[in-house]
Amino acid sequence: MQFTDTPGSLSYRFAVEGMNFKTAGSAAMRIKRLLLDVGYEPQLARRAAIIAYELEMNLIIHGGGGQLAVKLSPDFIEIYAGDQGPGIPDVELAMQEGYSTAPPQVREMGLGAGMGLPNVKHWADVLKIDTKVDEGTRLRAIVYCTQSK
Amino acid sequence: MTGYFHSVRLETKKCKGCTNCIRRCPTEAIRVREGRACIIVERCIDCGECIRVCPNKAKTAVSDSYEKLAAFQYRIALPAPALYGQFKGEYTVGQIDGALLQLGFDDVFEVAYAADLITAATQEYVAEVGTPRPLISQACPAVVSLIQVRFPLLLPHLIPIDSPMNAAARLAKDQAVAKGYARADTGAFFITPCPAKITAVRQPQQHFTNYVDGVLSIQEVYGDLLQVLKSGVTQLRVTASGAGINWGGAGGEAAAMGNDVATLTVDGIHNVIGILEEVEMGHLKEIDYLECQACTGGCVGGALTVVNQNLARMYLKKLAAADGVPEKGQQGTALLERYNRFGIKKNIRPRQPFSLDEDVAKAISKLDLLERTLESLPGLDCGSCGAPTCRALAEDIVRGLSSETDCVFKLREKVSNLARKVMELASLVPPSMGGVRETKNEGNGEADNEID
Repeated sequence: MQFTDTPGSLSYRFAVEGMNFKTAGSAAMRIKRLLLDVGYEPQLARRAAIIAYELEMNLIIHGGGGQLAVKLSPDFIEIYAGDQGPGIPDVELAMQEGYSTAPPQVREMGLGAGMGLPNVKHWADVLKIDTKVDEGTRLRAIVYCTQSK
Repeated sequence: MTGYFHSVRLETKKCKGCTNCIRRCPTEAIRVREGRACIIVERCIDCGECIRVCPNKAKTAVSDSYEKLAAFQYRIALPAPALYGQFKGEYTVGQIDGALLQLGFDDVFEVAYAADLITAATQEYVAEVGTPRPLISQACPAVVSLIQVRFPLLLPHLIPIDSPMNAAARLAKDQAVAKGYARADTGAFFITPCPAKITAVRQPQQHFTNYVDGVLSIQEVYGDLLQVLKSGVTQLRVTASGAGINWGGAGGEAAAMGNDVATLTVDGIHNVIGILEEVEMGHLKEIDYLECQACTGGCVGGALTVVNQNLARMYLKKLAAADGVPEKGQQGTALLERYNRFGIKKNIRPRQPFSLDEDVAKAISKLDLLERTLESLPGLDCGSCGAPTCRALAEDIVRGLSSETDCVFKLREKVSNLARKVMELASLVPPSMGGVRETKNEGNGEADNEID
């Protein structure tokens, strides 16, 4: 799975640093502003913004950093996150609310409660996960502009 | 563009075209044009930040004057709780209420009393309604406007209950009518600490009925009140509880909600934006009631108050403890019943002034242009172009409101390119005057030197 540009849509890529909590959320914030500028339906924009935030946090906490990207199209909003981290050994387990592999120091910050991926799945119309242990994880979440969730 | 009334205005003569206000505006609603600050009306939320920050006092708020009282036979003053904190604690709540009667009012109705009722209605609402969380009060009109402009996604979080100001006006006028006055002859005047309340009255929101007829600023009545108070006045009977009086300071609303409700207070518009960003990301669900105050310190920190907000809050707290009366009990319950718990409509309209085009496809291509334009700008956010940030300038360029050369650095770059070209041309001397015609360099890089 790769993040590629599509004609008629606009893509932005952001580098996210692993375990850097000083700038955590800033890529998602940039994405939110882009969504606001385009003027998507507020509810669509909010769903995409939450997905971007959760995926950014995942890159920071689990992925050892990576790339967060957004594709803006009149028909859909796509959020992509790619890392070369440890991968997810059991995707089904990771999709369960409350299941977390976040290290204790991250939990002490009030993060890593095991809500990230379930939350992404909840807000996305389509979620594709491509992961391999020790190689990395790539996620694509799509929010369609026609559906309401 | 028309369609929006704003109480915040500019006294053009005083404005020097400095860029203090454009940088502080939370909704990027100000641009400097032709040496003057101009407000983009669709974006202004009347928070008063620009009034506070202007070093030349060129930003003001247009309130009503005493003359408007003449339009009504029976005039009722509605003092904001924040008013009580403006007198160094030297006068009681009852005395300050009494002094208002000598400024031309026939009656005084404490907004703090209405705040007690709004608290009770809100407590019920919070207990009944499970989601969304956190719920946000509509008492601060600048916060409501901010949410409409910058956080339209959070509109469902607003509690559909009237503000204490409007509830007070409604109750006071009904009381007057019960006394035999004609409704049309009864005028309710709010004594305001802030410009947002003036706008809330002059240009009421669509989702509730406005009952306030006029607004006087605390700054405007302060001098007169002080004189009256010094010469001695008769006290009026206080009707509000200490909790209601404390609504005038940040944390007052939350404290009034009691211990059963998880509350959080945030004051200062930029702090409020920070917390709303969090809420937008789906956080703070553990909070039931979020008290957002646009002004630092709450209403006592309003741009139209007189005393330093830290002091005012201290005085207010002392007065609340000393002068507040016990909660309303039976009488309050009856009023809540009669007024349907001061409920207002839920369909609050968003304002979307940031969207680049109504058509999403067009907006996307404009956004592309915006981001590419932004890359060519210096990124210093110096404000010299009249826009608060380089991004705001890029946005204005894309909207066709500004041009790239409005940026002094881009202009300088262009001028220096032009100068270089002029110098190049000037160095060319015709052969008749002994100049050497430039020849094309054919393979050998040193050819030119050899001619010399």
